[in-house]
Amino acid sequence: MAVRHLRGIADVGVEGLLRLLDLTDHMAEVGRRANPKVPALRGRTVCNLFFEDSTRTRMSFDTAAKRLSADTMTLAVGSSSVNKGESLRDTVETLEAMGVDAFVIRHRSSGVPWRISEWSDASVINAGDGWHQHPTQALLDLYTIRSERAARGAEGFEGLRVGIVGDIRHSRVARSLTEALGLLGASVLHIGPRTLMPPTPLAPSTDDLDAALADLDIVYLLRMQLERIDSAVVPSGEEYSRRFALTPERAGRLGEDVLVMHPGPMNRGVEITVDPARLTGSVITQQVTNGIAARMAVLFDLLGGVDTDGGSAAVGSGVVGL
Amino acid sequence: MSRGSQGVGDVLLTGGTVIDIGGERRIDVRIADGVVAEIGERLDAEVGEVIDVTGLVVAPGFVDLHTHLREPGMTEAETIETGSRAAALGGYTAVVAMPNTDPTQDCVSVVDFVRAEGRRAGLCDVHPSASITVGRAGERLVPFAELAAAGVRIFTDDGSGVQNDGLMRRALEYAGELGLTLAQHCEVSSLTAGAVMHEGECCSHLGLPGWPALAEELMVHRDIELVRLTGSPVHLLHLSTARSVELVRAAKADGLPVTAEATPHHISLTDERLRGFDPVFKVNPPLRTMRDVEEVRLGLIDGTIDAIATDHAPHPGHAKERPLDSAPPGMLGLETAFGVARAHLDLPLRELIALLSWRPAAIAGLHHLHGRPVEVGEPANLTVIDPAINWTVDPNALASRSTNTPYQDVPLTGRARHTFLHGEAVVRDGVATR
Repeated sequence: MAVRHLRGIADVGVEGLLRLLDLTDHMAEVGRRANPKVPALRGRTVCNLFFEDSTRTRMSFDTAAKRLSADTMTLAVGSSSVNKGESLRDTVETLEAMGVDAFVIRHRSSGVPWRISEWSDASVINAGDGWHQHPTQALLDLYTIRSERAARGAEGFEGLRVGIVGDIRHSRVARSLTEALGLLGASVLHIGPRTLMPPTPLAPSTDDLDAALADLDIVYLLRMQLERIDSAVVPSGEEYSRRFALTPERAGRLGEDVLVMHPGPMNRGVEITVDPARLTGSVITQQVTNGIAARMAVLFDLLGGVDTDGGSAAVGSGVVGL
Repeated sequence: MSRGSQGVGDVLLTGGTVIDIGGERRIDVRIADGVVAEIGERLDAEVGEVIDVTGLVVAPGFVDLHTHLREPGMTEAETIETGSRAAALGGYTAVVAMPNTDPTQDCVSVVDFVRAEGRRAGLCDVHPSASITVGRAGERLVPFAELAAAGVRIFTDDGSGVQNDGLMRRALEYAGELGLTLAQHCEVSSLTAGAVMHEGECCSHLGLPGWPALAEELMVHRDIELVRLTGSPVHLLHLSTARSVELVRAAKADGLPVTAEATPHHISLTDERLRGFDPVFKVNPPLRTMRDVEEVRLGLIDGTIDAIATDHAPHPGHAKERPLDSAPPGMLGLETAFGVARAHLDLPLRELIALLSWRPAAIAGLHHLHGRPVEVGEPANLTVIDPAINWTVDPNALASRSTNTPYQDVPLTGRARHTFLHGEAVVRDGVATR
């Protein structure tokens, strides 16, 4: 089934996720080549539209597009400098008039990619909207889980026990990942204080990290935004760390095959007080590496069908010709 | 006011059914000199103009307790004239203009301006309300007596609630003594900081800050207790939650002078509409759950809620094209209120018209002019409704300067065909005459 947008996990569903994971495998292989560049999206234009600062995600998408030979343009509008006089719609329509095949959108407000997909004929890829969704992060996380577990002799998502620790309420990463893991048959536990949970639970939850740790295959730490502490959502960073940080003591109790993940950037000393480099289960660096392959997979999946000359962008059958 | 000599400008409405506070009857109605001049079966059709209203309902004009006309200050969204036209087309002969204009309707000069502009437009009676506090800042009381002398009867900081308990108490004591009614937008702001939509399952999925039902209910409760303490009346604006309805029901059972209104959108739409992130569905208080919708409907049906009020809140298109969290809340309502209420309230037509006409007229202190029985000598502020006409809402066909209706492409049944303001046909065959 052809997918036009990747705004949220619901746009692709289970089949789409599995297809994208397989495609990410191919892209990771491309990335390991001496010349990690293929002509698959030559002539296509990808517009990175970042209304919120995010150097890492923007560079990851930019690199992904360039490895597929797409042309890129980037509009980075820090939220502080957004021209209040121009509506979102005007901005999008102006850029589309320059010829855009896909918008990669990061915005501090939930839902912006959905609105833009109504106004534009281009494909829309959500690079993070408000507290809502961050589907390419979920995809790279799933890919990391699958490949790292395969390397440790384990397979599949069915029955996998994933604990997501921290600020679930304000986390687009948690929303996308919870939804995606649920679709694939994993069981997700949200771990954190009630003040950091959504008003209605999106998964079973607990505020007892120590009790939960014994039954997890994956510990996924979320970034704890320091402004949450300032706004009295938790009493103090110190107390948060005591209850919810991955400390050396807690890390020591993790089983050998338990993976530790984090979407970055880490707040050392807040949600993680152990040095991840000393954790055998840490796959945090692999997450970053896999981000490029996962985003290549998404761009190729959405734009790779037909090139601007009307021929097939993927040389040969399927993606073998990449 | 004189509207021509006897006989000239006379209009005879023949074949219709009159529905008013007195009941329902098949009689003709002659309008002359701004009043109902004659009623009876088969009146003489030789005099003046005859309008065949067979199959239609002749009723007292509707009264909206809650209209944002946006003038002065936000005329890109609406003007007193365009809003009045929308009102007349919706069957309204009077609207209470909300005071959150720029400058605020908190002094006689601004209130006089709004009233005068309403008169100049001449499409419906525009009755300005005034704020409770200066600039709606929640700090100092407005000059109630001076504003009352200028004709203001309803005072409200609508857009926000009066947060300070002590200030609200003093406002009730002071204004109540003058025979004035304070109307409250019930929202405890410390519970709704940054809120975009109803707090519940939907907002949890959508990653949007929630507006908990409790924020409304706490202030409903506080104001009911302040009414109990002071004896002064309070009108509760746009109730949206099941528990609010319950609180008002109990207050009325205690005999307290509390009245309440509900909007057409809170009895027809739920928070699920926000799933597409379209700000046209963003409103304050927010769309709630199906259970709330059902309880608000029940409240209107059993009389707990006294009136349907539109909270007509125009916003320019570009404002509703902002991201959901920064787009302004509000929806159009005047032209769709009757059709929407009809579709969602299982009530006889007369009861529905009561909620739109004489009950709100009484709350607004306009019952000497509007919502009157259709009897000889009464002011001819009337609407003629086609209760059976099917139509589809086209935002661009509405008279409002803005297009932010949540009912785009929704089929409705029933609509005003003609509206008479002080005897003058301001709407004829669904078209405004001025």
